[in-house]
Amino acid sequence: MREATLKVFRGNKDGGEFKTYKVPVEEGMVVLDAIHYIQGHQEPDLAVRWNCKAAKCGSCSAEVNGRPSLMCKTRMDRFGDDEEIRVEPIKTFPVIKDLVTDVSWNFEVNKRIVPFTPKPDTKWIVYQEDIERVQEFRKCIECFLCQNVCHVLRDHDRKDAFMGPRFLVRLAGLEMHPLDSVDRTAFVKDQAGIGLCNITKCCTEVCPEDIHITDNAIIPLKERVVDEFYDPIMWLFKKLSGRK
Amino acid sequence: MANYETHEHDVIVIGAGGAGLRAAIEASAQGASVGLVCKSLLGKAHTVMAEGGIAGALANVDAEDGWEVHFRDTMMGGQMLNNWRMAQLHAQEAPERVRELERWGAVFDRTKDGKILQRAFGGHTYKRLSHVGDRTGLEMIRTLQDRGVHQGINVYMECTITRLLKDGNRVSGAFGYYREDGRFVLFKAKAIVLATGGFGRCYLVTSNSWEYTGDGHGLAYLAGADLIDMEFVQFHPTGMVWPPGVRGILVTEGVRGEGGLLRNNKGERFMFKYLPESKRKDYAETEEEAQRWIEDTVAGRKTTARRPPELSTRDNVARSIYTEVKEGRGSPHGGVFLDISYQDSERVKRKLPSMYHQFKELADVDITAQPMEVGPTMHYAMGGVRVDADTGQSRVPGLFAAGEVSGGMHGANRLGGNSLSDLVVFGRRAGLGAAQYAKSVTDLPKISEDDIKSAIEELEAPLKRTDGVNPFEIQRKLYDIMGTYVGIFREEKDLETGITKLQELKQEVKRVSAGSSKAYNPGWHMCIDLRNMMICSEAIARSALSRKESRGAHSRLDYPNMDDALSKFNTSVFKAGEEMNLEQRPLPEMPEELMQIVLKKKETANA
Repeated sequence: MREATLKVFRGNKDGGEFKTYKVPVEEGMVVLDAIHYIQGHQEPDLAVRWNCKAAKCGSCSAEVNGRPSLMCKTRMDRFGDDEEIRVEPIKTFPVIKDLVTDVSWNFEVNKRIVPFTPKPDTKWIVYQEDIERVQEFRKCIECFLCQNVCHVLRDHDRKDAFMGPRFLVRLAGLEMHPLDSVDRTAFVKDQAGIGLCNITKCCTEVCPEDIHITDNAIIPLKERVVDEFYDPIMWLFKKLSGRK
Repeated sequence: MANYETHEHDVIVIGAGGAGLRAAIEASAQGASVGLVCKSLLGKAHTVMAEGGIAGALANVDAEDGWEVHFRDTMMGGQMLNNWRMAQLHAQEAPERVRELERWGAVFDRTKDGKILQRAFGGHTYKRLSHVGDRTGLEMIRTLQDRGVHQGINVYMECTITRLLKDGNRVSGAFGYYREDGRFVLFKAKAIVLATGGFGRCYLVTSNSWEYTGDGHGLAYLAGADLIDMEFVQFHPTGMVWPPGVRGILVTEGVRGEGGLLRNNKGERFMFKYLPESKRKDYAETEEEAQRWIEDTVAGRKTTARRPPELSTRDNVARSIYTEVKEGRGSPHGGVFLDISYQDSERVKRKLPSMYHQFKELADVDITAQPMEVGPTMHYAMGGVRVDADTGQSRVPGLFAAGEVSGGMHGANRLGGNSLSDLVVFGRRAGLGAAQYAKSVTDLPKISEDDIKSAIEELEAPLKRTDGVNPFEIQRKLYDIMGTYVGIFREEKDLETGITKLQELKQEVKRVSAGSSKAYNPGWHMCIDLRNMMICSEAIARSALSRKESRGAHSRLDYPNMDDALSKFNTSVFKAGEEMNLEQRPLPEMPEELMQIVLKKKETANA
């Protein structure tokens, strides 16, 4: 049986090192299986988050050979026979231990978003074609890989001013919901900090749910902000027509 | 004694899946101060994996549907062992709970006239499952999560409860630890709602996540509650069988609801021959008739054809697949073939997107071009804490349970789609029940220092052992015992052997260790979880041994038939001293008017 060599980060917020493990490879095995093998046979205290092992819960985010990935979707046969597989925690959030990071900031951010608020007399008749774009955003499994690769958060650490792609997707899902009645455009501009995004599309590239984060969520939201705050004709039109 | 932090709430909800979140939302809406404790991060609970849909007789697609039919289907699916009152409340309240999810922001797939779309599922007479493609659970949990965080509920994430504390008879709190650093935590509470899900991790081949270690079952049992129907373990007929790493991962029943066909290695639609005589008239007689049903359904037309045999109940399909494989008619990797590739590939991708990706990425199978290989996987626990139907309260005052951890609602076999509806119907009721109970408690129940000391000792014991066994090794032994002796088909001597082996394994559990660190140490967490898994495993085996008949999900090779006399009892296990006791409890008696609904000759099922 083929044996793979994994280098796994072991440590905590104060630092750590990569330790080398040998793991037998079965057909169809994924990196999360290899991590579990190490845990089950060699080091039970190796820390990793996982739940579903089917790419539905978004818990097992890590960087595998530098690529931000869900470990449960990263097949071992993607790597060459002699290729070392380097597994380390995502970078944008502080390490708790080994592959586990402190993502609690995201949960705090989410609380600040005004939730879905239907109009009082809503009839709840809505057509499939009107909700399809919202359904795309609602596929998000909160793996936070988009937050992890976003330059504004990762390189510039602007968590104080920018909510990151995950929450722009959530905001887009609310703003484009045909039955929602709240206008969050000012929030998108001032609180979510959408102006800081310079559309490099890194978030879209790593999304395991293939959500077109930049094209379908962020750019349309940016356009709404422009219309609302920087386009005098649109501003006047909206004031007069009362359109959201 | 080690330090611990203390929190105080009127109501503590343990578990943050669909039932826990709904309970917390309700208790909070009633004015209670609520703490929601979850083993994982918020939004990652097992509900997120539910795929096919949520059952509720909205009658958006089949106008003939109503709560009575849903009630009857549920009772028939559960082989009449269900708590009738739970089945009634469930059928009556599910539609309103679905509409409520929509009002809270869930975006369900739509019918052509803009209503919530409903799909067919096994055992449901009419098209009844509201859904979002094949990711209905994600939609539900996100909706409840976003609702909950705006209600001032305190969420304690990655926190595991290991003990319920009592003051005399009634609950007074819960004790546990945070996974992050192992620090201990005490929750003082007037009422506690268990919403911890099931115990799938007692089996190797399971669709369940790591969290499913039967925590609520174990906690309730140790606190003096009784567990009923533990012999009824649902093996979902269609789990992935290949490659090995994904074995057990769920393939939604929605595939069959959308027209997926089951075939053996001879190309036979074998389900035609496994339909129970009493149900045969509800299903298509020929492949042509089944095909007509599928074509009409896909086109959104009314149909006079009867449904395909693939939509038989889960217990029956699982046994049939098992038998086909055992008799040598299985697929190359020990399953059977499930085929939807004959349909328009764009439609398959749209209706079953996660199945498409799951097979493409994990098994190199394009389900729009070739069949899937599937086989039974442990999926759901029908058994659980016996509760009052209306309030969700167990026999321990102040201790409530909702969702999979509770027993009674589904009887001997759960219908697909009835779980998500169960979560919100009874999550809400338990939250309400707990909040009202808490209001009636005027003197705050006391916490005993001795109980805390003993909880801490139990938690610290594995850390102090230096030469112990790797807990994951014990878990593998447990898999072995449960898979071999307490699986889909059961027999007296196997069950007895299984019980003996479980007793031996219990001794080994006392010797587990996983290093001395409390900081995010999954090995230590497993040491702790094993206690509950052992309680559940023993309860399953003992209950299965005691029920000398085959009914629903419980199949005895030595008692292959149903025994009418046993249709009047639930098996109940409870702790007596250090022993697990078992008794047969008479079922609550169903009122005459409901009995008439069940007995009413089924109208021709044309859905």
